Amino acid sequence: MGESLTLRRKRPTDSILYGLIYFCALLSVALLALILLYVLIRGVGSVNWAFLTTVTSKLKGTVGIAGNLLNTLMIVVLTMLAALPIGVGAAVYLNEYAKPGKLVSLIEFATETLSGIPSILFGLFGSMFFGETLGLGYSLLTGALTLMLMVLPLITRNTQEALKTVPDSYRQGAVGLGAGKWYTIRTILLPSAMPGILTGAILAIGRIVGESAALLFTAGAAKTLPKTLAKFFAKIFQSGGTLTIQLYLSATSEGDFSTAFGIAVVLLVVVLFINMGAKALAKRLDVQNRK
Amino acid sequence: MKKIKGIPGHDAFTAERLARALLLICAVVAIFAVCAITFYLFAKGLPALHRVGVGELLFGTIWKPTAAEPSFGIAYIILSSIVGTALSVLVGVPVGLLTAVFLTEVSGKRLSAIVQPAVELLAAIPSVIYGLLGMMLLNPVLYKLEKIIFAGSTTHQYTGGADLLAAVIVLAIMILPTVISVSASAIRAVPGQLRAASLALGASKMQTIWGVTVPAAKSGILTGVVLGIGRALGEAMAINMVAGGSVNLPLPFNSVRFLTTQLVSEMGYAEGIHRQVLFTVGLVLYLFIMLVNLVLLRLRREGGNDHG
Repeated sequence: MGESLTLRRKRPTDSILYGLIYFCALLSVALLALILLYVLIRGVGSVNWAFLTTVTSKLKGTVGIAGNLLNTLMIVVLTMLAALPIGVGAAVYLNEYAKPGKLVSLIEFATETLSGIPSILFGLFGSMFFGETLGLGYSLLTGALTLMLMVLPLITRNTQEALKTVPDSYRQGAVGLGAGKWYTIRTILLPSAMPGILTGAILAIGRIVGESAALLFTAGAAKTLPKTLAKFFAKIFQSGGTLTIQLYLSATSEGDFSTAFGIAVVLLVVVLFINMGAKALAKRLDVQNRK
Repeated sequence: MKKIKGIPGHDAFTAERLARALLLICAVVAIFAVCAITFYLFAKGLPALHRVGVGELLFGTIWKPTAAEPSFGIAYIILSSIVGTALSVLVGVPVGLLTAVFLTEVSGKRLSAIVQPAVELLAAIPSVIYGLLGMMLLNPVLYKLEKIIFAGSTTHQYTGGADLLAAVIVLAIMILPTVISVSASAIRAVPGQLRAASLALGASKMQTIWGVTVPAAKSGILTGVVLGIGRALGEAMAINMVAGGSVNLPLPFNSVRFLTTQLVSEMGYAEGIHRQVLFTVGLVLYLFIMLVNLVLLRLRREGGNDHG
């Protein structure tokens, strides 16, 4: 390499630039460290078993986020129930059935556009369309349907990427053995693309857990815990605030910062796990592709 | 004839057709969603423009939706969104680009293994947490600064540190991961022989990076910048928590309200024409985002031509 040449004539601007580059790179790490440490220090004291398993009640004198935890879980499950089949189905259609043309580029353009729309606008649309026009009001279902539209591009794109990596010889082999297209998709393509699909799903769950603006006017802010199974299912049609919404309310209108930081700790732990899970899966996908 | 699993028989053909039709429906959901969102925002957002008047609504500066004689001017709100986004991009992009250069051209594997995951995690942190930290860490510092700067002023309205500057800093941090990851992949895609040729001509590593590699990755980096602009424009909860929330001229130490935070803070209780005006605010935001999307589309096409 020309290393000796460049070393001999080191320009002062070079050193300044090196300094700036290192400074900026360190800044990202320092920011993350600051965020994690500060949230942990302020919040870890509020997190205990009662905090996770009870509902905040002035009457009983308890402070807890069990209702919000359940709401978050229900929103995640409902959203994924809707978004996963549709997103994967769209990707399968685009990759396996559609011939390149107007329809495909239109679908791809729509998917791109959808992924660029800010969550507050999804919330606005969701409250108008699902809430008012379809009459679902403030409910977990309204929130989940709204988020379904929001995470759709994420799932479609990841599935498409995964399907693209399945070798064509698999498809040809299946056709050669006389299998139909749908049969091939079900038994060969989707299982081969599974790590990619799961990565998309996990990323989508991460977005749902962290989402707040789209839920404020769709899912509402209730935090009760259902006592019977019937009430549990009725909850789908009732208002329910997720962890992020409760954090927002605690930090602003309620001014209860110990709860806010407690929720922040819980959220960070969840996000950390999701991040690691997605990474582990992506690694597995990578190893598979190299084989 | 005995049926064999998976071999197309009479039933299988109907199954094939059904599957194809269902998958097509899944695929057009995205088109339907974009059309429905566009339709709803226009249908709900246009009436207020008519009722209040285009000029008064878009260029009026007084926002008093619940007064006896209400006034619905959103000029300052639009301006705040533009200025806030521009400033945050101005701060976030240089830092993001330098970090991307660090990840791709400067650092060894070991340092990258620390910085890369840190950037990814920054992207995954929920925006309400950024808002919470902004409230606790940023606002007090800015309040101190405010007290020093406006010590003798009689006209300044104190914000307690909840101002445009706080929002800009939070936004700049929030767009960092987008700018970094998109720029880094653009720089990685620059062919190695360009770098080699530049180094062989005697350019230093820094000269090569800024004179050859980064310009070659220009369209990809611009894509990252535009994506960052989109993110900053659309961010709602975090800046709602740190920016104060009065409708004001976007000056650094003014409490301000953005298009997004306008929706967050008033959608919950607005009624009648006030509610309609909020839909117009949503429509304006949507038009800005569509503009960003169009620029992105252009950039992606150009980028595609560059490499192939």
